[in-house]
Amino acid sequence: MPENPTSQPVPFRGGGFNPRPRALIGLAVMVVLIAVWETGCRTGIIHPLVLPAPSEAATAFMELVDSGLLWTHLGASLSRLVIGWTAGTILGITVGFAIGLFSLARAGMVPLVAAIFPIPKIALLPLFIIWFGIGEGSKVATILFGTFFPTVVATYGGVDNVDRGLIRMGQSFGLSWVSIVRKIILPGALPAILPGFRISAAIAIVLLVAAEMIGAEFGVGAYILMAGSLMAMDQLIAGVAILSTIGLTVSWIIGRAEKALLRWRV
Amino acid sequence: MQLILNGINHRYGSMPVLSDIDLEIPAGEIVCIVGPSGCGKSTLLRLIGGLERPDEGAVLEHGAPPADSLNPLTYIFQDFALLPWRSVAGNISLALEDHGLGKAKTDAIIDDVLARTKLSDFKTALPRQLSGGMKQRVAIARALAVRPAVLLMDEPLSALDSQTRELLMDDLVGLWSKTPFTAVYVTHNLNEAVRLGHKIVVLSRRPGRIREVVSIDMPLAERADRVGELASKQEQLWSLIRDEAAAADMELIDA
Repeated sequence: MPENPTSQPVPFRGGGFNPRPRALIGLAVMVVLIAVWETGCRTGIIHPLVLPAPSEAATAFMELVDSGLLWTHLGASLSRLVIGWTAGTILGITVGFAIGLFSLARAGMVPLVAAIFPIPKIALLPLFIIWFGIGEGSKVATILFGTFFPTVVATYGGVDNVDRGLIRMGQSFGLSWVSIVRKIILPGALPAILPGFRISAAIAIVLLVAAEMIGAEFGVGAYILMAGSLMAMDQLIAGVAILSTIGLTVSWIIGRAEKALLRWRV
Repeated sequence: MQLILNGINHRYGSMPVLSDIDLEIPAGEIVCIVGPSGCGKSTLLRLIGGLERPDEGAVLEHGAPPADSLNPLTYIFQDFALLPWRSVAGNISLALEDHGLGKAKTDAIIDDVLARTKLSDFKTALPRQLSGGMKQRVAIARALAVRPAVLLMDEPLSALDSQTRELLMDDLVGLWSKTPFTAVYVTHNLNEAVRLGHKIVVLSRRPGRIREVVSIDMPLAERADRVGELASKQEQLWSLIRDEAAAADMELIDA
């Protein structure tokens, strides 16, 4: 500015693009939302048939606890979830490693995975009922199948991304094949495998409810289905809240696992 | 143990990268390999250590490695190649675990090499907590732990700043002066070559051939104080490489 040579600070253009954790904000959003919802129901803006008040859902939940059925439902659901997810994850990691390590497995399995992954597993549920029976088998199989594919994809992606320099280092020190896989490739692929767990766990919960809506006596899905057919919206909301809680808990557990196992990352 | 390279030819696809390499790496000496970028220096080192197979010719081990050597041909890499999830001690133990030495012996070796590389205070640190120079010291400690017959160093100081490089060169000279080791040292830095090399092998542009072998008789320990006398050697090397380095710089890189 030649006509007016004043000095001024350089305009700041940096900053941003760096979301930080803010404690309690998430909780506050939920509390506010529930408060608005409750107020809407109490003042009559929201018709109780359209959406019951959170307090009514809480009452329904307490009835469920008092009747002792909560633990029956929860126990049935959790055991299906744990068995199906664990089996699907173990199989998925095994196949994912095979694809990541062997040319033959890669050539054979990758097209297969690409072909089957996008099929909604719920569509296959009737088939599973014929194969594995209407009982626990078909439900566990659905969850297993749904968990398997995302785990395979996450695992072989992780194995592919392990620094080849580290593998060459292992070879240069004469490490055995097993040692290289166990001490270099497995920990190196973990940063990709663990986030895959979040996705597969969410898919497992979705499939759990779907599977429990067909021919299950107990289970959170069965409870929600029954509430829906009785138009007991307060129970339906309570059931959905239970599912959310399961989801939150699983996500928290995986978060802790990531913190513990990936401490070495920056 | 002595290494003999016999008529080595190597190609990547149809492109020759090394041509007619004959070289002896005598025991107890550091042989530096210099040359313009892309001349196949690093490929040659991978061939020497058995990480790649030459298309023609052979790398021969002459004489048996010392009986206590766990990994006769041991690399030190430019990017350190430390496992980020293992501590300093864990990274060194990685190289020892497959040998079934037992905990007491493994711990003794780790403590010994950490002391020799002045790393004892950092035993439990993770690689991300260390500076580049410290990481390379860990890699050197790991290499020493397996008591190599020949150290194969692939531009070990190239990822470091020049001050750290000076310090590590002093460390290497100190280690060699205490117990002379055999080493092949690939570098593009001529100053490192004249400071550390007993013999300096000059490779030509791709396909790499041996253009000249320059010997320097001055003891390693004296070189830091007599840089003036080394300058003429460095100048001689530079005049050998200069034109080719300029030409190599203009080349397209194709894999």
